[in-house]
Amino acid sequence: MARHRKINRIAVYTALTGYTLFAIFPIALVMINSFKDRAAIFGSPLALPNPTTFSLTGFQQVLDKADFVTYFTNSIIVTVISLALVLLTGAMAAWALGEYRFKGNTIIGLYMALGIMVPIRLGTVSILKMVVGLNLINTLTALILVYTAMGLPLAILILGEFMAQIPRDLREAARCDGVSEYTIFTHVILPLIRPAVATVGVFTMVPIWNDLWFPLILASGDGKQTITLGVQQFIGQYVTNWNAVLSALTLAIAPILILYVLFSRHLVRGLTRGAVK
Amino acid sequence: MADVSLRNITKSYGKIEVLHGISLDVKDGEFVVFVGPSGCGKSTALRIIAGLEEITSGELHIGGRLVNEVPPADRGIAMVFQSYALYPHMTVYKNMAFGLKFAKTNKAETDRRVREAAEILQLTPYLERKPRDLSGGQRQRVAIGRAIVREPSVFLFDEPLSNLDAALRINTRIEIAKLHRSLKATTIYVTHDQVEAMTLATKIVVLNQGRVEQVGPPLELYHHPQNQFVAGFIGSPKMNFVKGKVLSVDARGVTVDYGEAKPIAIPVGGGIAKVGDTVTLGIRPEHLGEGGGYGLPLTGTVEAVELLGEASFVHVRRDDGTALIARSPGDSQAEIGAKITVSTGADHMHLFDTNGQAFPRHSKADAA
Repeated sequence: MARHRKINRIAVYTALTGYTLFAIFPIALVMINSFKDRAAIFGSPLALPNPTTFSLTGFQQVLDKADFVTYFTNSIIVTVISLALVLLTGAMAAWALGEYRFKGNTIIGLYMALGIMVPIRLGTVSILKMVVGLNLINTLTALILVYTAMGLPLAILILGEFMAQIPRDLREAARCDGVSEYTIFTHVILPLIRPAVATVGVFTMVPIWNDLWFPLILASGDGKQTITLGVQQFIGQYVTNWNAVLSALTLAIAPILILYVLFSRHLVRGLTRGAVK
Repeated sequence: MADVSLRNITKSYGKIEVLHGISLDVKDGEFVVFVGPSGCGKSTALRIIAGLEEITSGELHIGGRLVNEVPPADRGIAMVFQSYALYPHMTVYKNMAFGLKFAKTNKAETDRRVREAAEILQLTPYLERKPRDLSGGQRQRVAIGRAIVREPSVFLFDEPLSNLDAALRINTRIEIAKLHRSLKATTIYVTHDQVEAMTLATKIVVLNQGRVEQVGPPLELYHHPQNQFVAGFIGSPKMNFVKGKVLSVDARGVTVDYGEAKPIAIPVGGGIAKVGDTVTLGIRPEHLGEGGGYGLPLTGTVEAVELLGEASFVHVRRDDGTALIARSPGDSQAEIGAKITVSTGADHMHLFDTNGQAFPRHSKADAA
């Protein structure tokens, strides 16, 4: 029995390790090669940088371009504001839909759920028309609005599920305690679903930061590009500045990685919550 | 401090009516216990008083004020939940201070009240702990503390002891009784446990299927249940019921043939009883003794004997199939399978008509 379990365990770890390597490989490749000179990138792409091949030219080229800071700032602005809007409005909507009975409650809930099933990119043409109509083309606002809409359905679903797990007595105790509905939301509900907020945060943040599609369509003008779009300028039709591309990508990965590490502690708690009472 | 009065209160969920016109007066300072089997509507009634459920029809007054549309916070109530409902992310202190903080009570006053409540409930050493680090009994006390600091005019308890183990339940029961004596606040307490009801209440309200069956002090309910439901619910083990037939009715009482050799005359007001009516005799186990020495015998076979030490419950099945329980002394010699005669005095008998309504008892021995 014990042996059987051990074999099982080895199988699980082998599978997980394999998957991890598979997932990390391209990222590692980008990061390793960003510290090498051009010849070494092509000569031995899998080798680690050594004293002869080590080079920071890529980073120099990227940072010398003043625009890079702009791209970076744009990406951060868009991601942070979208994230904040998704979490705040998502939590409020989830609370309202779950806690209060009103006309159209179910319909609105279903409508929101529909957003998870239909890829937002299918509506690109209409979104573009709307953005043009609103005169928001080539603005970060357009991106923020689109990303907020994109992140809301999943946020409402997940946060709503977590809120439903909070015992009814707790909200009623707070009502008897005489605090307002807003206070119940901010001081009782939100602190209790913090792990869920972290989970939703990660799931919302990563696709926004990495997105190339909407920046390309809605805000590709000068000074409004995000980092993913900014990297594209090093990729030419005939010549690609691989040093710069890889360095820029490495820089682009860094912040999301840091945020992920910050959130992940809560994330794991969020995923395992409910196992223990 | 406040009176609570319910006037013809009904509650429906969709088409299903769960409370059918409850009327009740709770006087200032009273300790009223709502008791009844699960699903009888006692918790719903309490939640209506708290303001957590809307009233379908009828009027609810607290302290002379109509509060049908008043939110829970403004009713002057505080509620203790069965699940304690402590805020898990706050310390004991913050749990208790939470309501006051948002009621704009000044810091010093909040602190005074919280520390005072903690002192009463022996929670002072635990003020900085989180609920998850407390035992069940301590959590329950925090929940009570949270109610006390609000200085409510009405305390509401929703089965506060049912999550505690037996020993702790008895302790906390006594604590709650003490607390009521010192705070003198009107208290409404919901339980399904008739022992809690008997020991705590100044007035018991027996509910069944959304209706009030009887309201009265504990001993009145014990000695003079108005109907068979209350008779069966109050008292443990529950009252024995034996079918009988009315033979005659006169000023001294009703004479009943109950399937034994001799009919008996039971000292109750005959009222509308007619000769030939089917009636039900009620005898409490504690009034039923082994042997024929107490006057009115009942015979059957011993089915089981539960030895509790201070007493034994002898389960008897009569030949017509009715089950009886007799409370015998702890050293009962009753043997399973043996024939047995148990008996009681006519003074201890209750009598119910076909509809389960009690005939009023004459007996002064039991008068509450």
